[in-house]
Amino acid sequence: MIRFSSVNKWYGRDHHVLKNINLEVKQGEVVVVCGPSGSGKSTLIRTINQLEPINDGEINVGGVIVNNPKTDINKLRADVGFVFQHFNLYPHLSVLDNITLAPMQVKKMSREAAEQLAMELLERVGLANKKHAYPANLSGGQQQRVAIARGLAMQPKVMLFDEPTSALDPEMIGEVLAVMQQLAESGMTMMVVTHEMGFAREVADRVLFLAEGEILEDTTPEAFFTAPQTDRARQFLRQILSPMHG
Amino acid sequence: MDFSSLVTAMPGLVSGMMLTLKLLVLAIVGGVALGTLLALARLSHNKLLSNLAGFYVNYFRSIPLLLVITWFYFVVPFIIGWLTGTNEPIGAFYSCLVAFMMFEAAYYCEIVRAGIQSISRGQVNAAYALGMTYSQTMRLVILPQAFRKMTPLLLQQSIILFQDTSLVYAVGLMDFLNSARSAGDIVGELHQFLLFAGLVYFIISFGASTLVKRLQKRLTV
Repeated sequence: MIRFSSVNKWYGRDHHVLKNINLEVKQGEVVVVCGPSGSGKSTLIRTINQLEPINDGEINVGGVIVNNPKTDINKLRADVGFVFQHFNLYPHLSVLDNITLAPMQVKKMSREAAEQLAMELLERVGLANKKHAYPANLSGGQQQRVAIARGLAMQPKVMLFDEPTSALDPEMIGEVLAVMQQLAESGMTMMVVTHEMGFAREVADRVLFLAEGEILEDTTPEAFFTAPQTDRARQFLRQILSPMHG
Repeated sequence: MDFSSLVTAMPGLVSGMMLTLKLLVLAIVGGVALGTLLALARLSHNKLLSNLAGFYVNYFRSIPLLLVITWFYFVVPFIIGWLTGTNEPIGAFYSCLVAFMMFEAAYYCEIVRAGIQSISRGQVNAAYALGMTYSQTMRLVILPQAFRKMTPLLLQQSIILFQDTSLVYAVGLMDFLNSARSAGDIVGELHQFLLFAGLVYFIISFGASTLVKRLQKRLTV
């Protein structure tokens, strides 16, 4: 579904942010990407829908080469849902309009069809009663659930999550992770950048560990948590799992 | 003081005010539209486009409005005649309208540009990530938010424009001030008519300005 072949990316001339990335994500797989901050994990998933262009190599999403200049990037993006750390809901639109905007504009869906779809998705994320609310009147957890519904409204083949719970108060993390888990169980192909190791353990099929722009580990959650292969990963796990760091 | 001559002159003053307001509204609409296009050009990644827009803005902000008005009075009829191939005179009103639109666009551009820049990059990314094009993103996501934020500034600039419309006297257009001046001249009570005109300008500008301030407070809360 997603394939990286020898992908390299630099910021400026010196900062080599992705180093020779090779990676394949199969249909229906749930891959958690973790690593210390600055390791390039957000950049990695942003290259999949070209929010970040790459300098070298090839990224293939469902048979479409992302970094080919001839590729209709808007069409590709319509098939790849993206959930941001800071939700990025449109503040001037109601919850319902946030969700229906892209289906109506990009997919030329009728308003009735788009609203019906939006209501099904709001039902699914447990916010059907908030359809007329504005983002400013929702909690962070609710905003993120709307953002997930907005992404799903394009009926994407893949969903990408860029630290979806990092900007949330602790008591709201659970509701967002529950929606994501439900989505994973429905068979959605997902790549999730997160520090939620509980989610990785329970929901992920695979865990990628990145440090300094390189994939150091690519294995099952079981193997990653019990027998990490690199010192860098052992150190990371010690830091993130130690009681002092919650 | 005797105000009876003011009453007699009222129809002329009213039609002068209508001309002023017509000029104002059309110039605002055209100026904001052109200013928005200029702002998008200035923010474009295309160097040529952004430099051209930058030159336009800096040029018009560096010359007096009165010069633009008189200059366009002579040049615009010539250009339009050349474009349409006719020699129909287009008159002072349209040459002034074009002058105001183009001059004010330079100022509106800077307001719109700041407005667009105040919207977080995440909004653009969110729209792009859903497959929206640049123009859909601007039209449906960024500009509606930006215009909401900059409405007070756009209105403030439009109040200045309202006062500046009086400069059309230079090409003999009978706007409100010019009507008042000429009516006052005819009856020999120029000072009364000018005082009256000043009062009207003050009430409208100050009233509008107060409303804008109130709006601004409401928008920031």
